[in-house]
Amino acid sequence: MDNNSYILQMQSITKEFPGVRALDDVNLSVRTGTIHSICGENGAGKSTLMKVLSGVYPYGTYDGKIIFMGKEMKFKNIKESESAGIAIIHQELTMIPELSITENIFMGNEILRNGLIDWAEEKRRTYDILKKVGLSINPDILIKHLGVGQQQLVEIAKALSKNVKLLILDEPTSALNEADSANLLELMKDLKSRGITCIMISHKLNEIAAISDAVTVIRDGHTVESYDVVAGEVDEDKIIKAMVGRSIENRYPEHKSCPGNVIFEVNNWCVEDPDVEGRMVCKHASFNVRAGEIVGFAGLMGAGRTELMRSIFGKNYGIYRGGTIKIKGKEVKLNSVESAIKHGVAYVPEDRKNLGLNLLDCIRTTVVAADLDKITKRGLLDLNEEKIAAEDYRNQLKIKTSHVDKGVTTLSGGNQQKVVLSKWMFTEPDILILDEPTRGIDVGAKYEIYKLIHQLADAGKAVILVSSELPELLGMADRIYTIFEGSITGEISAAEADQEILMKRMTITSKE
Amino acid sequence: MKYIKQVLGGDLRQYTMVVALAALIIIFNIISGGRMLTSSNFQNLISGNAYVLILALGMLMVIVIGQIDLSVGSVAGFAGMVMALVAKNYNVPWWCAVLIAIAIGLLAGAWHGFFLSQLGIPGFITTLGGMMIFRGGVIWISHSISVPAPEQLKWFGSGYLPEWGPAFTGMNNSTLLLGIIGIVAYVVAQIRKYKRSGDATGVKDPLWAVVVRIILMTVLIGYFTWLFGSGRVGTSFPVPGLILLLLTIIYHIITQRTKFGRHVYAVGGNKAAAALSGVNVKRTYFLTMMNMSFLAAVAGILFVGRSTAAGPADGTSWEMDAIASVFIGGAAVSGGVGTILATIVGGLVMAVLNNGLMLMGVGADKTQVIKGFVLLAAVAFDVYNKKSGKSSIIGRLFPSKEEKAAN
Repeated sequence: MDNNSYILQMQSITKEFPGVRALDDVNLSVRTGTIHSICGENGAGKSTLMKVLSGVYPYGTYDGKIIFMGKEMKFKNIKESESAGIAIIHQELTMIPELSITENIFMGNEILRNGLIDWAEEKRRTYDILKKVGLSINPDILIKHLGVGQQQLVEIAKALSKNVKLLILDEPTSALNEADSANLLELMKDLKSRGITCIMISHKLNEIAAISDAVTVIRDGHTVESYDVVAGEVDEDKIIKAMVGRSIENRYPEHKSCPGNVIFEVNNWCVEDPDVEGRMVCKHASFNVRAGEIVGFAGLMGAGRTELMRSIFGKNYGIYRGGTIKIKGKEVKLNSVESAIKHGVAYVPEDRKNLGLNLLDCIRTTVVAADLDKITKRGLLDLNEEKIAAEDYRNQLKIKTSHVDKGVTTLSGGNQQKVVLSKWMFTEPDILILDEPTRGIDVGAKYEIYKLIHQLADAGKAVILVSSELPELLGMADRIYTIFEGSITGEISAAEADQEILMKRMTITSKE
Repeated sequence: MKYIKQVLGGDLRQYTMVVALAALIIIFNIISGGRMLTSSNFQNLISGNAYVLILALGMLMVIVIGQIDLSVGSVAGFAGMVMALVAKNYNVPWWCAVLIAIAIGLLAGAWHGFFLSQLGIPGFITTLGGMMIFRGGVIWISHSISVPAPEQLKWFGSGYLPEWGPAFTGMNNSTLLLGIIGIVAYVVAQIRKYKRSGDATGVKDPLWAVVVRIILMTVLIGYFTWLFGSGRVGTSFPVPGLILLLLTIIYHIITQRTKFGRHVYAVGGNKAAAALSGVNVKRTYFLTMMNMSFLAAVAGILFVGRSTAAGPADGTSWEMDAIASVFIGGAAVSGGVGTILATIVGGLVMAVLNNGLMLMGVGADKTQVIKGFVLLAAVAFDVYNKKSGKSSIIGRLFPSKEEKAAN
């Protein structure tokens, strides 16, 4: 095949971080004038690959070759890749909310006349470019007054203003509602017809199937498969198989669970996004958990898992739009985190450093932080009780530290997570929600956390395990709910589930 | 070195400020030819700075939650002025006027707290507004004229403890009693702590270290008891100093030993994590701001008592002295770090500087310049320590359990 028909070839890209090989001999070839989809699980290396391509990781920090439009490229920074004609639209939008559309589009590329900005010219061009992306709005509007969908279009318009040849969209629809998503996909087809090549990173298979001409699947830093397809006729099962085809080794401790009665029930839970009006992050979610049962929640990033859990946990996230909670058969209203804790609910957040821990604290004060009443005697904290509790959990959970008075930042990720778990075990909850409890933890520590989860279940607690690692859910949970775009799309017992079934329900809205 | 560590309990770096304070006192004493360490000078130093130190107690908590309060000087002035005015014009008893002043402080704090916690307006803005409102208010209600204060308040502002009992002690017996209570309380606390020290880990603190610690503290308290008690007949440890001492103990306990205190540190350290641990962030903000203005009213009352009249300019730029004390005491601008005891040490450093430079005959202009440099130096030192990954809290007077055990 003629090399010139490829706009981009990335050959044997290898990128290492201290201790981790994020990309290992990855190859990617993108034909001119196509929409090329890249898919893979969270953490598979998709974003790292795009950062290598766009110069975020400069030439020299990775091995391999990038050939763009027939020439080998050695980007030192984003500016260089941009001037070559590569633009990347990130998941998190990067515009300045307090400035107008015009100002944002020409940010860093201002049109100057006699050393001053030529506003008239900038506005005229902005107007033209906005038309190309199907927006007919006043270019003076401030970015903060636009919806997320429109912002994304402006972001694309900005890329177009720089004469882009290759447009990379990193999970472009993850923050959009359905109408905006459909609109965006239409725009991508339109761009394609105008000769702009697009790379779309996504794990929404229906979108990939609808518009892509080629698919590359990355798994654990390797290219697994790469093939051309005819848009609209993509074999979803084939992609799913490639995405999850990892073998489950013996990474999960043996466990026999004996579930009791249903003690936690959520019905028709609805939550609206606090930032995007009208976008529902949870749509009529209903589920239940038994005492002593481990219930898994499978869903990809942005599916609404965390939002659902944080909303249940004392309405800590979003705007509550309806739904009921029953604990041990009795309906309860959890209007604050404090009342949720009082009712025996505990939530271990996914973002340990920003939500789980006060990094200024030491282990001793962290362990008791969620239930200070327990060590309060006649209005004063009993520091001795506190120390005893901390020592107790240190021994029980084998937290590796020289002393409980050490700061939590001195601990490794796994030990930090144990401290967070201690903090919640200290509240003696009946229902334990664990959101990605093993993220960023090495394999050995994971095993210990798994054993701990089993112990908690054996002690009769209802455990909810949210994870984006399917093998983890299959290895740990008794029952798994799948969640996609805020809806619960399936419930399946772990014995009957496999990764393909789950991945299908996590990426496609159920058609039942 | 290891032995010193065991006595002081942990990280010696915390004692930097204490050492600096001691060095300052000694140096000034030598330069001024012994005029620093005299009874009358120290009595003046304490009663003349008690109000700023009281403000610093509240300011520490405000800074720990990651906010700042610029209004304290104005609120103090306003509360003091209202007190003087009601006492003079409506002939209410002095204690009633005091209660009114305190109520004004609480209301002012609730006002700031409301804007911060409910509307999310940063404390800097909220209290900048409060600073103007209450300063303007003082001038307005007083018509820019000083108002004499009730006579009874003088005792609170600059009074002394009563003389009683036998004369052979050679000093004011109230002060002596205070000193004895202090020593006994310290000894009892140390012994209790020692007895329980092995409960959790099974390893007791070394007994000799406890003994040395007790001896050191006894000598220190004893010396200051003698210093304050052996002055002119009729003088003693000043009353405002006693109020400051009580408030310091109360706020030390609140910040270190209560749920609310923990919440203050939790909110300052990581607001989102605190909220997810069941801390009512808004309530913590509200109460901390309210408490600050309450203490501002107390400071205002003491100041009016000391100067026997409420003036329209009372309290001008007190907030800056209070904030400086907190930062010299090692609190972090970003919140979450700082202690009451370190703040008091920081405030005393400022007070001793003021006093010592005055004894040397340095003018107020140069004193201001020197204080500015000291503030910068202290904070720069602290930041440098943090950058090199060392302990961030300097200047703790008493060893807290954590540092002691860490070694």
